[in-house]
Amino acid sequence: MGPGPRARPLRPAAGRMSRYLLRRVLIALPVLAGISLVLFIILAMAPGDPLGEAATNSNVPPEIQARIREQFGLNDPIPVRYARWFASMLKGDWGYSFVSRINVGTLILQRLPTTLFVLGSAQLLGLLIALPIGIYSAMRPYSVFDQIATTFAFIGFSLPTFFTGILFILFFSIYLDWLPFIYRADISATGWHWYWEHARQAIMPVAVLGLFQGAYMTRFVRSSVLEVVRLDYINTARAKGLSEKATILKHVVRNALIPVVTLVALQIPAIFTGAVITEQIFRVPGIGSLLITAILANDTPVIMAITFVFSCLVVLFNLIADLLYGWLDPRISYR
Amino acid sequence: MTPTGAASNAVPGAVAFADRRTAETLWTETWRRFRRHRLAIIGSLVLTLLVLAVLLGPLVYHVPINEIDFKAKLKGPSWTHPLGTDDLGQDVLARMLYGGRISLAVGVMAMLIAISVGTAVGAVAGQMGGAADHTLMRLTDLFLSLPQLPLLLLIVYLFRDALKKVLGPEAGVFILIVAVIGGLRWMPVARLVRAQFLSLREKEFVEAARGLGAKPLRQVVRHILPNALGPVIVAGTIDVAAAIITESSLSFLGLGFPPDIPTWGRILFDAKDNLDFAPHWAIFPGTAIFLTVLSINYIGDGLRDALDPRKVL
Repeated sequence: MGPGPRARPLRPAAGRMSRYLLRRVLIALPVLAGISLVLFIILAMAPGDPLGEAATNSNVPPEIQARIREQFGLNDPIPVRYARWFASMLKGDWGYSFVSRINVGTLILQRLPTTLFVLGSAQLLGLLIALPIGIYSAMRPYSVFDQIATTFAFIGFSLPTFFTGILFILFFSIYLDWLPFIYRADISATGWHWYWEHARQAIMPVAVLGLFQGAYMTRFVRSSVLEVVRLDYINTARAKGLSEKATILKHVVRNALIPVVTLVALQIPAIFTGAVITEQIFRVPGIGSLLITAILANDTPVIMAITFVFSCLVVLFNLIADLLYGWLDPRISYR
Repeated sequence: MTPTGAASNAVPGAVAFADRRTAETLWTETWRRFRRHRLAIIGSLVLTLLVLAVLLGPLVYHVPINEIDFKAKLKGPSWTHPLGTDDLGQDVLARMLYGGRISLAVGVMAMLIAISVGTAVGAVAGQMGGAADHTLMRLTDLFLSLPQLPLLLLIVYLFRDALKKVLGPEAGVFILIVAVIGGLRWMPVARLVRAQFLSLREKEFVEAARGLGAKPLRQVVRHILPNALGPVIVAGTIDVAAAIITESSLSFLGLGFPPDIPTWGRILFDAKDNLDFAPHWAIFPGTAIFLTVLSINYIGDGLRDALDPRKVL
């Protein structure tokens, strides 16, 4: 990627940052192409013609099947087919659902905001749990609080989301009858009541995902803060008379967060796993439940498009994590 | 080469002897350290009980897993059905004992695949270096950013029928699920092994082996790999738990094992629409998954502490 900036005199920070950004974007694109290649190879290796519905339908006479295959280029060599497929995927031309005959792009755009809302809220909840608990635990290692927190974190990430979801439904919907366990997109109420109903039905899916993420991240925050807290510059900060609060927030946490960001980024593909399951349990109308419906209905264009969207989201969030990383750790953009 | 040949004739015996002795003390040492982790010991006990139950249970408990009895459907625990019955009046305990074998077997097999592939990739990358290393690590990064569950669902969906035709419904689905879960989980092991190789390769004892004329393969198999094993064992332990959760998730979505193979996740899938009148049907298999995963995670934690030489215990 050209001569490294190391050899040159220091430039203003903004220039370094944008170079770093550009480099990360340039790395993200081949990753996306790689993921799509894996998807395409799987599809191409699959028995039958999953995408050529009409071409394999036994009601269609063989000569017309052959013509359809020719017309859609199903007989072309695989690299050609891959290039064409990837280009149309990038253009957002994802074909039509076999089942509903609706444009796949429209179908996904209808569902995507719900998924992102649930995922985003869950991730936020996870951080709100993990940061204070992890930091507090690490400040008093092996105290009663720390031991209780560590135990709960362990239980939390050993509880699979599908089981937590079932336990939540049993307790909050069936036993206490407080919360609805079916998520509805078409709530007829208006004004404040509408918001209230939406919040109420989102509580359980967000809590199930958020608690799992929180439990998982608490351990990383704790061990990361533990590593930083015993470094010399923290002693210096204390010795020069800085308040405990300032020492922890400005000196410990900022540096302890750097490895946490990486781990959260690595965890992103797993978050989608949780999202698919939670959406299925609570019947949240997001792209996860759309994926399951599509698989049960053999709706290949929708399945491929959703898997592709999930891959794009992984790459996008990794990119965001990289940027956060560069902001938290300015040393990184020198490289 | 004659003088060194004579020397290396004498040395292997000595090396083998020393190896055996250090190996023994290494494992007794690990066990001594592992015992300090109380929760890991409790985890081992719980896991042993669960494994014995699914292995020996069906030999003692003779109720068939698919005996349909509509008079006894959706009943809670009782003397005739210790864990209650499902919507067809089938005995939940018998189904859990049978399905548990499959759940645990999937976990162990998928872990073996993951650590074999991971160790191979990591070892080749770490030993060869250069272009091979670069390519393999980019491949690892690529696999790390694949969305796991959607991809699993896609592969199971595309290949299930074909494999069922060739290998029969039970073996076909088992092999498919094990291969795919293992095939999508090797990356952390590959990274660990590569990192270990990069540091061990430069250590004096490997240099000594090299100086004595050990071929690269022998250096790797005899000297580097055994010393890189610690983190792999820990990662493998955690992988069993993760693979069990993944299989249960697939079955829970109705896309894993068919209903006549009642893995714990599959029982949960069947139970989830009857939560209001038969909560026991979901709670027992869910608890079984939870206890297994929790025990394995604690064992992994104990092993991590026991195998970490920097940690004083």
